[in-house]
Amino acid sequence: MLGRVANGIFWMYRYLERAENTARLLAAGHRMALTRGPDAETEEWRSVLHTLGLLQSYEASFSDFSGAHVSDFVLRSKANPENVLSMFERARVNARTCRSAITLEVWEAVNEGWMTLRDMLARPVRESGLGHALAAVRRESTLARGATHGSMMRNETYYFARAGTFLERADNTARILDVKYYLLLPSLSYVGTVLDTAQWDNVLRSLSGERAYRWLNAGRMDARSIAQFVVLDDRFPRSLAFSYATMRENLGALARLHGHEGPADALMRQVDQQLTGKTIEEIFDQGLHEFLLQFILRNRSVATAIAEQYRFTA
Amino acid sequence: MNATSSDQFDEMQAPDGAVRHAYRDYQQWLSEQDQAWMRRKGFEAESFFRRTGITFNVYGEDDAEERLIPFDIVPRILTGSEWRRLSRGIEQRVRALNAFMHDLYHRQEIIRSGRLPERLFRHNSAWLPQMVGFTPPGGVYTHIVGIDLVRTGPDEFLVLEDNARTPSGVSYMLENRETMMAMFPELFARVKVQPVSNYPRRLGKSLAACAPAGLSDNPTIAVLTPGIYNSAYFEHAFLADQMGAELVEGSDLRVFDGRVQMRTTRGYHPIDVLYRRVDDDFLDPLTFNPTSVLGVPGIMDVYRAGRVTIANAPGTGIGDDKAIYSFMPEIVEFYTGEKPILPNVQTWRCADADSLKYVLDHLTELVVKEVHGSGGYGMLIGPAASKRELVEFRAKLEANPANYIAQPTLALSTCPILTQRGLAPRHVDLRPFVLVSPDGVEITPGGLTRVALKKGSLVVNSSQGGGTKDSWVLDD
Repeated sequence: MLGRVANGIFWMYRYLERAENTARLLAAGHRMALTRGPDAETEEWRSVLHTLGLLQSYEASFSDFSGAHVSDFVLRSKANPENVLSMFERARVNARTCRSAITLEVWEAVNEGWMTLRDMLARPVRESGLGHALAAVRRESTLARGATHGSMMRNETYYFARAGTFLERADNTARILDVKYYLLLPSLSYVGTVLDTAQWDNVLRSLSGERAYRWLNAGRMDARSIAQFVVLDDRFPRSLAFSYATMRENLGALARLHGHEGPADALMRQVDQQLTGKTIEEIFDQGLHEFLLQFILRNRSVATAIAEQYRFTA
Repeated sequence: MNATSSDQFDEMQAPDGAVRHAYRDYQQWLSEQDQAWMRRKGFEAESFFRRTGITFNVYGEDDAEERLIPFDIVPRILTGSEWRRLSRGIEQRVRALNAFMHDLYHRQEIIRSGRLPERLFRHNSAWLPQMVGFTPPGGVYTHIVGIDLVRTGPDEFLVLEDNARTPSGVSYMLENRETMMAMFPELFARVKVQPVSNYPRRLGKSLAACAPAGLSDNPTIAVLTPGIYNSAYFEHAFLADQMGAELVEGSDLRVFDGRVQMRTTRGYHPIDVLYRRVDDDFLDPLTFNPTSVLGVPGIMDVYRAGRVTIANAPGTGIGDDKAIYSFMPEIVEFYTGEKPILPNVQTWRCADADSLKYVLDHLTELVVKEVHGSGGYGMLIGPAASKRELVEFRAKLEANPANYIAQPTLALSTCPILTQRGLAPRHVDLRPFVLVSPDGVEITPGGLTRVALKKGSLVVNSSQGGGTKDSWVLDD
């Protein structure tokens, strides 16, 4: 396949995944803001914006942190070029550019998804409609992923699509965990308090993992078990371990198709080795924040190596 | 249905109200359908098109929004015998066009014989000196041609235009049929219509047959598009997809080892046939427009070395030219030795002083077009023009007469469309699509019918508010 098309597919799925995770994060933030007082609300929205890397640009537009302003900024504001609608729009532009590499079903899912969100986000979303809008973002992205799973040949295109999805997911999960862990806890004395529990619960909600976690841990809420779950549990589809198991699978399939491995495979394996065979204790000894920072950087270098190895650009 | 005025030919209904032969079975079916249901179907078609992304971009509009070409659900129907005559005429014309191109770029017999004035191509930007003395692989110049036809009576079909560069619209022909079959399956069970769906396969075969000799047993075909912001991008992607060919942009291509190669995830891979949907001028910045980023530097050298096929061949735009068009009857006769089966529309070349005088004296009755224009831009429709438009156009004509031709305002045939108030006649034209290879000339039965949606309007161009219809040739 063409290098440019591989690039387009890779990024199309990264954008879809990012849009979905952003909506998840916003939904968890919204819930948190509702259940706690006004001061906590500001902190909560700050953390959401920080996780998304949007805090600075938001503060340039607004002086307060109301749910309405933050949602508008994250979902649709022209002042924020990384808004969810424009992510979906970029995914759709890529789908058009790569139209002959994807199936009609995938195209329709992305195109209709974009049309739905464009109409829904044509005007500011009212607080009462926020849940509905966020669910729509998640649903449209899920439909595109489902159409991909159900209609695409297991060939190069598919492997690039999956690699893009899980590279992005690994990044987003690591960021969500890092912000909560490193930035949110006001001090160590909070550990184990009600606030702490609520914060951790929120991490799980941002990853749609609260139910699975509860089922596994019978209600125990502590940093270690949650980090263990989010980082190392390869049964949980948004964990770092699961994301990298999928990366291993798809980059492996690409290498087999091409008849050889390259720098991207070596780098991917290095990151993977940080996850497999590790215990959460070892990670905490190293420092979870340092571990996650390093993970995010290495994950990014895997993306760069994939682009080079498969000639995404001339 | 509204009564049709007597001076224009309605393809469905004779002046006495009788339904014409071609539409008999359709009319029978239609009379059994509920009107409100039919109107709902019309809306359904629109959402179908929007979902599948069959859109086009309009040049010069601020929001680069994609728009739909309106689709009308009443088919345009020709009988098998009408079509047989048409296709003979089209084949004759296309063969003549190819012979003409070969002659123009070689011995120029037609000029020597005095049938065509030399000035017509000497100063014509569509004529490429780089093509002189060179014969494209397989001897084919126009691999894909669209012949625009209009009808003025039962047996009166005229050629309005020859599209010999990169005719577009074939994806609409295919998707219109798909849409109609999805919406009215029982109709197709009742009326036997010749299929169009094998066009992409035939296109692939036809292009492969034109591949340079001795390079590859299984030629690699690629469609070259200017990208997603081009008005016909949907069609480029559609055809590549349907043929199983790569859809490439200029940035994917590079010339080395004497071949045109595309950058794949495995490295560079040579291309045998490039179905390009960019204009000559943008094809090779080393040879033509040096600022072009749509093309491939050095591709013309590879082409002239016979190591890639470019479809259509560079320099075929000369056949698009409206000044050349006016000589097509002579051209057909010169190369085929036969009288043209399909006549031209009468054309005044404003370069001639006598013609110019006639045109200026009859401006309110004529359609005046730019020689190199297309898409319905820059033309004057005399009977519909305001006083001011006439004055302005007269000035343009007098300033540069050679830039214009004029034609009578034809009583184009009408065909019914479905409106809120039922069926109503609207003017139509027809663009059949023709494939040329060393194996022969193939014409897909039917083509693209464009329809002016405004009552009385004669402009069918999609950029000017025209729509399309499914075009049927009966299997009778």
